[in-house]
Amino acid sequence: MSEPVLRVEDLHVWFDLSGGRELHAVQGVTFELRPGERMGLVGESGCGKTTTILAIMGLLPGSASVAGKVFFDGVNILEKGEETVSPHRWSDISMVFQGAMNAFNPVKTVGSQIAEPMELHGTATGKAARAQVRELLELVGISGSRADRYPHEFSGGMRQRAAIALSLACEPKVLLADEPTTALDVMVQAQILELLVRLTRDLGLSMILVTHDLPVVAQVCDRAAVMYAGEIAEMGEMATIYHDARHPYTRMLFSATPDLLGAEDVKSIPGAPPRLDRELVGCPFAPRCDSTFAPCTVTHPRRLEVDPGHEAICHLNDRVVVEETA
Amino acid sequence: MSAHAEAPAPLLEVERVVTRYPVPRGIVGTMARRPKLTVHAVEGVTFSVGPGEMLALVGESGCGKTSTAQTVVRMVDYQGGSIRFRGREIGKLSQRELRPLRREIQMIYQDPYESLDPRFTVRDAVEEPLLVHRLAGSRAERDAQVREALVRAGLTPPDLYIDRYPHELSGGQRQRVAIAASLVLKPQLLVADEPVSMLDVSVRAGILSLLDGLRKDGMGILMITHDLSTAAHFADRIAVMYLGRIMEEGPARDVVRNPQHPYTRALISVVPKRDPREQTVPQILTGETPNPVHVPSGCRFHPRCPIAESRCASIDPSLQPPAGAEVPDHRAACIVTAPGPDAAEVGPDGRGDTAAPAA
Amino acid sequence: MSHATTSTDLARDDDKSAEAGIETTPDRRGFVRTTILGQKQALIGLIIVLVFVLIAIFAPLLAPYSPTEKTGGIYEAPSSAHWLGTDDGGVDMLSLMIYGSRVSLEVGFAAAIVAMVIGGSVGVVSGFFGGGVDVLLMRITDIFLVIPDIPLVIVVAAIFGRNLLNIILIIGIIYWTSTARLIRAQVKSVRERVYVKRARSIGAGNNRLVFKHVLPQVAPLLIANTVLMIALAVFLETYIAFLGLGDPSTISWGKLIENSFLGNAVLNNAWWAVVPPGLAVTVVILACTMVGQSMEDALNPRLKVGHLAVRRFRMRPLHGKLESE
Repeated sequence: MSEPVLRVEDLHVWFDLSGGRELHAVQGVTFELRPGERMGLVGESGCGKTTTILAIMGLLPGSASVAGKVFFDGVNILEKGEETVSPHRWSDISMVFQGAMNAFNPVKTVGSQIAEPMELHGTATGKAARAQVRELLELVGISGSRADRYPHEFSGGMRQRAAIALSLACEPKVLLADEPTTALDVMVQAQILELLVRLTRDLGLSMILVTHDLPVVAQVCDRAAVMYAGEIAEMGEMATIYHDARHPYTRMLFSATPDLLGAEDVKSIPGAPPRLDRELVGCPFAPRCDSTFAPCTVTHPRRLEVDPGHEAICHLNDRVVVEETA
Repeated sequence: MSAHAEAPAPLLEVERVVTRYPVPRGIVGTMARRPKLTVHAVEGVTFSVGPGEMLALVGESGCGKTSTAQTVVRMVDYQGGSIRFRGREIGKLSQRELRPLRREIQMIYQDPYESLDPRFTVRDAVEEPLLVHRLAGSRAERDAQVREALVRAGLTPPDLYIDRYPHELSGGQRQRVAIAASLVLKPQLLVADEPVSMLDVSVRAGILSLLDGLRKDGMGILMITHDLSTAAHFADRIAVMYLGRIMEEGPARDVVRNPQHPYTRALISVVPKRDPREQTVPQILTGETPNPVHVPSGCRFHPRCPIAESRCASIDPSLQPPAGAEVPDHRAACIVTAPGPDAAEVGPDGRGDTAAPAA
Repeated sequence: MSHATTSTDLARDDDKSAEAGIETTPDRRGFVRTTILGQKQALIGLIIVLVFVLIAIFAPLLAPYSPTEKTGGIYEAPSSAHWLGTDDGGVDMLSLMIYGSRVSLEVGFAAAIVAMVIGGSVGVVSGFFGGGVDVLLMRITDIFLVIPDIPLVIVVAAIFGRNLLNIILIIGIIYWTSTARLIRAQVKSVRERVYVKRARSIGAGNNRLVFKHVLPQVAPLLIANTVLMIALAVFLETYIAFLGLGDPSTISWGKLIENSFLGNAVLNNAWWAVVPPGLAVTVVILACTMVGQSMEDALNPRLKVGHLAVRRFRMRPLHGKLESE
């Protein structure tokens, strides 16, 4: 078992709100990422998944404050905030943003934009950079000769591939992909997902795939963490969390997702996620949960390892609590 | 599900509808005498929706499903074919003549964050159709209708919502308000354009169940979606579109479990499944859907088709019953899996008697 | 259930709403709050304008002397009797300034309203209907844009005479074009919004669409633009009066500046005859601009550039125990 390339330890993120209040967007997120691993970070809007990866990249705005540690190859890159994060940005940990295919500068060629981080980080310049750009484009399935074309000459799927090439410009070890296929047709999505899988296999790249689309994660990822209200509700191997969900949210989220060939009824989850600008008492999912019992509205559940590599934050797994209530 | 034995008269009948948009050339283009280009959005589409039935038009971007929906509600002009509502031809009616029909056919839009006027309260939004059509005279009567519509759309108790502004509501709630505003006129047919694609997963099932409930009450629903899984679960029938044509149509279960068209087969293989252990080997097609301005000759799918033969480049298939189909109303437009006459002879819907629509 | 009236009822309502996932916000009609009261700059500007408006309204009560009678020596320096000295006719400057504010502000406000009405109407009609109407109106707008303002003023003054009404109309005619373009662009964008299309698809007529859906969206921008227009109108009036094309029977700040030049105030070192009117015009224009700019910023946050400055996130220590196994 190799050492984790990325280890996030008790990450918290707060956003300043008007009137001196704060939004506690990420509440104690802890996980590891091993070399060559594809991990899914799943959740609905507002659960904190995008904020989590932005925190890892150090790309949060001035209204954010961060606590916790992010270890890259054993070194805490969040030690001194921006100062310690920026050397690793793009060269060690890189990101494909949501809507990246629309973030290209329309008046510069795609090739020059992919070369930009190379020049900024000093990894390659001039002819060497151009050669590397062509190599990267071929790697993502675009003909190298298209480096001198402009973004509007590329289709949506090709621009997304170019965005992935851009993120690989400085040969990072970790790729954070934020909803990389959300706006794409299902066939193009399949192409992009296949590309991402190939990259992790051939380059030994580790990847965190952030998405709201559970089946995508089921298809492509080895492990997944399901986030709710800023916390990781459940985390484990894909097959395990589907067949042996230990957090009601995970189970209900799968039930709410229609399966192409499945015959069971699709059930929505009533209510809405809690507001994160106020103190929460008890389990944040309790108001919407179908399996609540006495402690759920009173105490916040403990993070428990139900099996090796499988953890969940739910009182139902807590033998101590269950016995006390019986 | 509607019984096949005594099928009631269809609400909506669309027959060989053609909708094309000119691509603007601009001054330079006109002066340079560049050829006039047309977007072949809808190229001879035939289907019907009956009361208590949900038909899903499924496809990727550029397939023409949204244009079809807009044509049906007469938001855009069309160039060929006919549209009948309850047996009456509505295709050629003027906007003024269409007005009473606007009560019978209502559209639900994709974006719940944009489909409500931010300055209107929920009451204002749901009441507006009544005011426009001058129904329900007194304020008390209107209030009662508004509350009834809100309840029908799942917003109970209505008091909690009626005086709110859209920015105070979640996406799912806004979509329900939009649905309530459609229901207040007591329509017979709903055209839902991607009604849940912008909502969170946990909320989608609620909206779709609401639509399903309306369907059970006798409403006909035409649903536009790119999500095959949603269509498979909630629709009675599915029609798969590609570049302006229906490639395959039939009962939802059959189309999804026993696809007969190579495009449908590829799509189904590629849609991610919920169960990590039940993933199919994806049959990923090369390239992307071509621009609807330049439709390939013969079968429009042949350049990307994994089972294309040489004759596919010159024969334009019509919808025919495939050999592998298990039910009679499951048809595909493919000369390899569902051989039959060319669309030029019997029309794209394979119904014979009249030829394909004028180009 | 009747409408909740007591505070406890509302609180209970709020709890239920919270369960249902509804966010209750304290201010719904937040336009005035967000655009003016919330921003210091706008508030200061508004207060300044209000002060001047009050001065103009209560001029007879505030002015120490009559603005037409000689009450002192020629170009007397400021003293306790005449706080701003006198002009070349021995008339008290302070009184002249106070009464002058009336015309300057009157013309400014009225002309801005004329511009708003013409420009707003053209913009709405042009933007909403599009097509041939749009092209025609825009060509007319172009013609008006091309006409140079001062020669137009001179011509109108020569033909129709120099009175206040003409001045107001001319300023309005000169300035409506920019409003028309702004409103047209906004109307075009609102027209494409889904809720407008929805209203149209249920059968709403043009009247309803324009007055109930489009206009409310466009009104705030129109108001913001009008406020900025006031500043421009005050300036143009001052300019016109300074050139001697103003209404000779009225006193305005521009006229005072013109008088000071004609009376060689500078040669006589009578700064009090030149500076106060110029300063007053500047301050009013500045105040209006502050209010108008804040309103536009609030309405169109994309125009703000402050956020482009790079601000870093902050690290902070963790408090409390870690939740662990």
